[in-house]
Amino acid sequence: MLLTAAACKKDDAPSMNSGVDLGKGDPGILNYAYALEQIEAAFYTKVFESPYSGITTAESALLGDIRDHEIAHREFFKAALAAAAIPKLDLDFSTINFGSRDSVLGAAKAFEDLGVSAYNGAGKLIASPDYLLLAGKIVSVEARHAAYIRDLIMNGTFANDLDTNALDISRSPSEVFAIAGTYVKTKLNISNLPTS
Amino acid sequence: MKIENIINEIESVDPEVFERLDGRRSAMKQFAKFSGKVALASLPLAFGSMLNKAYGSPSGTTDAITDVLNFALTLEYIEAEFYKAGYAAGIAGTLAIPAGAPINAIKTIRDHEIAHVAFLRSAITSLNGTPVSFTAASFDFTAKGIFPTVFSDYGLFLAVAQTFEDTGVRAYKGQAGNLMSNNEVLTAALNIHSVEARHASHIRQMRKANGSLVPAGVNVKPWITLNQSGIGSSVVQASYNGEEITTQAGVNIVNIGGFTISASAASEAFDEALTKDQILAIVTPFLA
Repeated sequence: MLLTAAACKKDDAPSMNSGVDLGKGDPGILNYAYALEQIEAAFYTKVFESPYSGITTAESALLGDIRDHEIAHREFFKAALAAAAIPKLDLDFSTINFGSRDSVLGAAKAFEDLGVSAYNGAGKLIASPDYLLLAGKIVSVEARHAAYIRDLIMNGTFANDLDTNALDISRSPSEVFAIAGTYVKTKLNISNLPTS
Repeated sequence: MKIENIINEIESVDPEVFERLDGRRSAMKQFAKFSGKVALASLPLAFGSMLNKAYGSPSGTTDAITDVLNFALTLEYIEAEFYKAGYAAGIAGTLAIPAGAPINAIKTIRDHEIAHVAFLRSAITSLNGTPVSFTAASFDFTAKGIFPTVFSDYGLFLAVAQTFEDTGVRAYKGQAGNLMSNNEVLTAALNIHSVEARHASHIRQMRKANGSLVPAGVNVKPWITLNQSGIGSSVVQASYNGEEITTQAGVNIVNIGGFTISASAASEAFDEALTKDQILAIVTPFLA
């Protein structure tokens, strides 16, 4: 994915703002969440279609749950945004080996932790208390996923990467897309998202 | 009324007005929040109270924020003292927490809750508030005798732990909207909220591994299914009531978009908030 946001200011030349515009204000943040949920839902759908070798019954059941949760999140944002929704993203998971437990769980951990940090960082960008509450309803489920996936990789690592005060980390949209961009071929323009 | 223009005017004589207001957007957001609730005639009053905040009045806003943080601090004290006692009993051998991953996890979570207490105390102090203080003696984890073996029955200990974590998640979620006027505090609270959810996820896996789930045959997953606790006590039910909803912002999540999403999955996909009063009712039995 090509990023156009980073240092661009709103009034910069239009050429810097090409790509799919997530929009501004709360709809922009909802599209931001919609983009992330598209990645997660598509990833788990693929995990479930071609399970890694050695997957257990318990893992299969809970990864199926996570897929359903991410689809529910994605479709919720699509419905909430209605005409303002960005299109379906073109995704690329070619760096993930879906036959390998390590590869799949490593990617799942990255997506879940990224999702938690994205929602945590987006909270202050949201103007409507109702949308803030909705983001809160979703982020704790992402954190439950993250902890479970981490424990699957190594039991006891459910909250291993906190700061010194035992707080989770938060990321800005540009920080999130710098990481998620690997999996998104669609060019996105995040330059109109709120910044505070 | 062009409030933004007025703020811009002030900016021309006080370039730091936006910093004082926690940023332009926050200022407008805050004003929008006020103005949505008050009659048009009192708009100048709302604007005035926003400026009061910017220019260092004693101000209700900071008080409201430290009130929320003291509420959160109270919950963190409950959790910290609960895990301190549980871990000590585990080490002493009076609570059969298995060695290895289980006892280590209880220690990890205990340390996180202790860190949250310290963090919130310092945050409240930095906002010129007075943090509440509690000790082990402040709490009764038997809940007035309802859970007499909480520190000698591992299954019960985990059940109470799960209730505290799931309740903590709901408590922080319910307060986020009250912190919107302070971005830094809001973000910190969200960053604690998700840690409590990680704890809940892990404790739930520990309960599943331990197997003492009620009623027989119920499954406990890292996420909350409908309003099920998997705990054989009606006392904890208030912590789970409301989690069963399957409609969000008027959108039905079951089978949304033509995808097969069960009511269970729809309820699991969204955690629900509780109000401060609901939370206080839940934790009151644990106060000595």
